[in-house]
Amino acid sequence: MGHFERDPHTGHMTTGHEWNGITELNTPVPKVIWLFLACTVIFAIGYWILMPTWPIGRTYTKGLLGDDVRHDVAQSVKQAALDRSVWSARIEKESFADIQKDPRLMDAVRETGRALFGDNCAACHGRNAQGGKGFPNLTTSSWLWGGTPEAIFQTLTVGINSAHPDTRTSQMPAFGKDGMLPRADIDKVVAFVRSLSQPNAKDLDPTKVAAGKELFAANCASCHGENATGNTEMGAPNLTDAFWIYGGDAQSIETTLWNGRQGHMPTWENRLSELDRKILALYLVDLRKADK
Amino acid sequence: MIAQLTKSERQSALVILLALAVVGLAMAAGGRHDPFGVHGAIVLLAAILGIFGVISGYYAPEPSPDRLDSYYDSPTKFGIIVAMVWAVIGMAVGDWVAWLLAYPEWTFDAAWASFGRLRPVHTSGVIFGFGGNALIATSFYVMQRTTRARLPDQLTPWFVLFGYNLFCIIAATGYLMGVTQSREYAEPEWYADIWLVIVWVTYFILYMRVLARRQEPHIYVANWYYLAFILVVAMLHIVNNLAMPISWGSAKSYSLFSGVQDAMTQWWYGHNAVAFFLTSGFLGMMYYYMPKRAGRPIYSYRMSIISFWGITFFYMWAGSHHLHYTALPQWVQSLGMTFSVMLLVPSWVSAGNALMTLNGAWHKVRDDATLRFMMVAAVFYGLTTFEGSFMAIRPVNSLSHYTDWTIGHVHAGALGWVAMITFGAIYASVPWLWKRESMYSAKLVEVHFWLALAGTVIYVFAMWNSGIIQGLMWRTYNESGTLAYSFVDSLVAMHPYYIARAVGGAFFLLGAIIGFYNILMTIRSAPSVETQNAADFPVTGPAAAPALQPGE
Repeated sequence: MGHFERDPHTGHMTTGHEWNGITELNTPVPKVIWLFLACTVIFAIGYWILMPTWPIGRTYTKGLLGDDVRHDVAQSVKQAALDRSVWSARIEKESFADIQKDPRLMDAVRETGRALFGDNCAACHGRNAQGGKGFPNLTTSSWLWGGTPEAIFQTLTVGINSAHPDTRTSQMPAFGKDGMLPRADIDKVVAFVRSLSQPNAKDLDPTKVAAGKELFAANCASCHGENATGNTEMGAPNLTDAFWIYGGDAQSIETTLWNGRQGHMPTWENRLSELDRKILALYLVDLRKADK
Repeated sequence: MIAQLTKSERQSALVILLALAVVGLAMAAGGRHDPFGVHGAIVLLAAILGIFGVISGYYAPEPSPDRLDSYYDSPTKFGIIVAMVWAVIGMAVGDWVAWLLAYPEWTFDAAWASFGRLRPVHTSGVIFGFGGNALIATSFYVMQRTTRARLPDQLTPWFVLFGYNLFCIIAATGYLMGVTQSREYAEPEWYADIWLVIVWVTYFILYMRVLARRQEPHIYVANWYYLAFILVVAMLHIVNNLAMPISWGSAKSYSLFSGVQDAMTQWWYGHNAVAFFLTSGFLGMMYYYMPKRAGRPIYSYRMSIISFWGITFFYMWAGSHHLHYTALPQWVQSLGMTFSVMLLVPSWVSAGNALMTLNGAWHKVRDDATLRFMMVAAVFYGLTTFEGSFMAIRPVNSLSHYTDWTIGHVHAGALGWVAMITFGAIYASVPWLWKRESMYSAKLVEVHFWLALAGTVIYVFAMWNSGIIQGLMWRTYNESGTLAYSFVDSLVAMHPYYIARAVGGAFFLLGAIIGFYNILMTIRSAPSVETQNAADFPVTGPAAAPALQPGE
């Protein structure tokens, strides 16, 4: 049975079958395909001989090369640590001041710190470390807990209002919500606080500012200081400069006074090595210098 | 539609729908505090709509016995239209999530609008909604013609199509509510999986019944592929979805496997879903529509045999290449890699056989955008299978893994191969099915072709670039021996490519919408009487004596 035909275009015979008008040619498989198949099979068999491949009972063929990825990774991690130790061992040992004096160590800090910051800090503080509403700008001279490398290192280690036993703790009380000051008094304090950083603001009422000054001395100075320049021992911000975490306009300051604030910085002690935290502290100090 | 069913089929349909309504009601009651209950309500609603549908046609006269002298194509027509609806939904959601990657703030703080929930709507929408319906619809068409046997009854094909689409709807709505097994391409939960098993086994039995009734002594290659698709997908689906529900009233379940065995099972499934859903199924489609449209014989029957058995055998081993450099033992990775390399040969033999079939018909490829869709599909099939084998090589994979290169590779296959061959097949079958002389507008087919090709090329190039840049940035060390870039740096570098990808996707989507319009306008246009093919009818009588030849 079957109706064999020669295809005029290719010169090959059909297989003699037809389905709904479709026929097939009986063209032999081109030699190049067998060759191609042979090459890939030989490659596979060669790989099986050299590398771990086939399961045999409870174990597997180890391959002539004795390759073991787990071992390879452990080796390269070790080697990489050894290569880095040229500078990392010195950063681990030396004091912040000594490291800052060595331009080659500081090059390593800059290179490594940038990626460390990007992977661990940028989510809150931004890629350029300039923060955002609720997240401090780290490129300024204004630091809640001090801007020395030692202070930054400590903040990174224990965090602020974090779960660490030695955490830095600080809270702005909710003067309005908790009934410590009536609304009218809060207005006065807001006017005074604004006058500190924006003395030329036109909408400030001098009588309110004067009244606010007295209220400030009685209620706020214990943390923020008599001249409102803050206190890095308690994490109380300087209110006389241009940097505000939660905003320096009347509405934002009013909200802060009414509801209070309690920022959170995680502890990095168990997430970043001491070396990494040291690099980050130095990196941030250096970033501030580079900005100026 | 109901009028096409015999009286007893109408009764069976009612029984099935009533049973489904009871199940839906039980689900809705048992899971009233859970998304499971919402799905119960959807099942109940679908069953009630079905019951109304059957009742409305229940007293129509018995279909004429003349029907047995023609193929049963209504399910195919329905399947093609539903496939196009899913294409537009799936691709639109896909393009939306592409924009979300470039502008992640566009989620409006709504849980359902987050990337994680919308992305599986895209993947399931295009793979299962568009691809699956197109495969089922064309398989009904092809199996009848290549066996010269009509579908054995009128009810089963409708059960398969409606049942399958009910599964797709439960899957998509579940994702929006956060119902997922978190297994890629197998996200639907246990109850949807059980339902799909019922539907799929029915589909398999239907296919076997047609084959058993065949009037052609030999089984055509397209049927080998369709059958491999149906059989292996059943196997993959059942094994990968073995899970224990936490209660009968909850959507949540836990996998029977754990740890690396779970990962291996998932990627054995995942890779073979690519193999037997997105490759075998669509090769079956290509093997019918391409020679038919080109008017050329298949270049080599012998090459068909090599590629079919090569693909079927080698693919099964290759899944572990998705888990290179993971907790999976190295020997499993090596096996996956070597089989992936050998897999290139049968894949290229398939692509070569398809392109050589066009020898003698290249002038048609030039003039006919429908055939050009199929030709470009075969080229992308060859390209993608080469890329896949290449990326499965462990050192290459160490660069490409977890990057957008993988996304680019998948879309070279999904847009370039799967969608293009489907559009080609649909443009070929719509005039045949609705007895029209040609598509409503050949020019719009041409426009769709160039939009689809441009969209695919933009997409794939954007992802190649971003993937390789990403891979390099993640592994670049500075002179100090620490990582040179943070992860955020790599995201910033991706941004322009993410926009380009979304633009490419929009081209592709626009093409699909134009295609859908063209199809609907073709259906609305006047039928032509003369296009009825004299040989397009089944042979009735006892099945022909089977004759097997090598390869079958």
